[in-house]
Amino acid sequence: MTALSFPFGIIPQVEGRAVVLTGDDIDTDRIIPARFLKCVTFEGLGVQAFADDRAELQGSHPFDLEAHQGARILVVNRNFGCGSSREHAPQALMRWGIRGVVGESFAEIFYGNCLALGIPCFTASHDQVLALQAAIQADPAQTIRLDLDSLQASTAAGLSWPLAMASGPRQMLRTGQWDATSQLLANDGALKKTAGNLPYVSGF
Amino acid sequence: MSAGTLYDKVWDLHQVAELPGGSTQLFIGLHLIHEVTSPQAFSALKDLGLGVRHPERTVATVDHIVPTTSQARPFADPLAEEMLATLERNCAEHGISLQAIGSGRQGIVHVIAPELGLTQPGMTVACGDSHTSTHGAFGAIAFGIGTSQVRDVLASQSLSMGKLKVRRIWVDGQLQPGVYAKDLVLHIIRTLGVKGGVGYAYEFAGPGIEALSMEERMTLCNMAIEGGARCGYVNPDATTFAYLHGRPYAPAGDAWDRAVAWWTSLASGDQAVFDDEVRFDATAIAPTITWGITPGQGIGVDESVPTLEQTDPDERPLAEEAYRYMDLQPGSPIAGVAVDVCFIGSCTNGRLSDLQAAAAVAKGRHVAPGIKAFVVPGSEQVAAAAEAEGLDAVFREAGFEWREPGCSMCLAMNPDRLEGRQISASSSNRNFKGRQGSASGRTLLMSPAMVAAAAIHGKVSDVRVLLQS
Repeated sequence: MTALSFPFGIIPQVEGRAVVLTGDDIDTDRIIPARFLKCVTFEGLGVQAFADDRAELQGSHPFDLEAHQGARILVVNRNFGCGSSREHAPQALMRWGIRGVVGESFAEIFYGNCLALGIPCFTASHDQVLALQAAIQADPAQTIRLDLDSLQASTAAGLSWPLAMASGPRQMLRTGQWDATSQLLANDGALKKTAGNLPYVSGF
Repeated sequence: MSAGTLYDKVWDLHQVAELPGGSTQLFIGLHLIHEVTSPQAFSALKDLGLGVRHPERTVATVDHIVPTTSQARPFADPLAEEMLATLERNCAEHGISLQAIGSGRQGIVHVIAPELGLTQPGMTVACGDSHTSTHGAFGAIAFGIGTSQVRDVLASQSLSMGKLKVRRIWVDGQLQPGVYAKDLVLHIIRTLGVKGGVGYAYEFAGPGIEALSMEERMTLCNMAIEGGARCGYVNPDATTFAYLHGRPYAPAGDAWDRAVAWWTSLASGDQAVFDDEVRFDATAIAPTITWGITPGQGIGVDESVPTLEQTDPDERPLAEEAYRYMDLQPGSPIAGVAVDVCFIGSCTNGRLSDLQAAAAVAKGRHVAPGIKAFVVPGSEQVAAAAEAEGLDAVFREAGFEWREPGCSMCLAMNPDRLEGRQISASSSNRNFKGRQGSASGRTLLMSPAMVAAAAIHGKVSDVRVLLQS
């Protein structure tokens, strides 16, 4: 549904219009209801993001509002992405167009799934998130920039909000090393050694 | 920072390397896969030209999409059939053992791995399923992962991970009759909140935990993730070893004695240091039910739906959303709330002892008129054991349907689902909006015995009263 390419390589920042989704504890069943998991590829999940919430709101869900079409940044509240480990959730958001998320806090597995796709999840304090959300809702057309170097969200008009990100994920994204597969494969010798020292691997 | 805990010891033993990004490469001892979160991982392997590094360390089953009425192939749902056919093809191609329908070993992934003896103390266990925390009941470090990580485990038998903090949840006393591990964990989550465990592994310890059977410990650890903790565990002890002894994949002979010695050495020692500790008294816990739309919105069966004033200010918007969605009045008693559907099963509560507890309530009674009640064993082994002691007959005579094993209505990726605004009494793990297959369907989480009591009365009821009569 979008010509935008998926994240690749070094990710110094995310820039684009933003969409606000308020509420705590928004779980992955809501991001992508289980019936859409009946698939053997992730293609096609983008249009199904928040399917039930959107149906319930009959066109007034933020993902359906004209002003947010093409948004690249999602701003949420606390414990976003809790519940099921389904990577279908960040896949659906990514395929809808989201490339970066700001929230008060994230569920662990969701956060890791986003990182594995090259989607940075920034945290910010309650007050800062509310302020950022208010600014976006006041002017949905403005471009927001999430910067991994300065750890700030900012607008062209000069507004800015401090962000936070754990040093490990931040470094992985800034150096393009968020795709772990090749790093893991590079240490096969060490892996053999670790496995060899485990009693259950050697049959006790 | 924690030190000397089982989590620390197992973490250290499984470290392969420090990765450039600062995370740790962790060896994965047991990798479990199913049909929902693995197909894209196998496709990614193919795209990368990679094989499966340790096919003997991955075990597959099919659970989420299987129908629980007829499991004849091909499935009536072509999408479900395609998912299973894809899993079969991937397992065959890569030499992975698949516990097929009819093999006597198929079932919900978190039920079959323990009952086969695959899950053992001191292992790292990963699966593309958040309820992988279940396996922590054995003193394993077990956590759910996404599909990109399933790909990584298939390719390298390892994962890039960050270390968690450890919170000890110390439970004194013992659960009272009619109160089960499900009530304990719902009570813990109610108290600490669904976000309380984010960033932590939960160590469950103390006399109240030591008294639990392995199946009860699995129920407890299963729902650690509902409290935000990616993994929960119990230190291995004599109960653990007695459960494992003689299981197909458990060590045998001299190896058994060496294994027990090693497993024993992994338990958190007296000198272990925890990042945090919280204490509970098991004797004070009542049968606990959720009234809202997160597993943290729970109350005792003798309590009322909390009012806004009784709710933490931070939690009020969620409470208001829950009142609306659930159509429950703040301040009204939860007992007496009418239900439409009663579901006993899932990776939380689909084991033999769960069915025994529910059958003890159902025996000699009958499901109330108009109630749809059904029992879904967690695995083919659970079904066989239950049938051998006549539980299927007890349930059928009481008006419950007796089904084939699978995830069923826990997440409704199969024909079992709520319709419209139906409200279910469910022994599963999530009461999220839309979770049970209807965008407006409602879920009350409770123990299997409480589900049976709700089925008999057609409304939420205190199982302790039924057990005494």
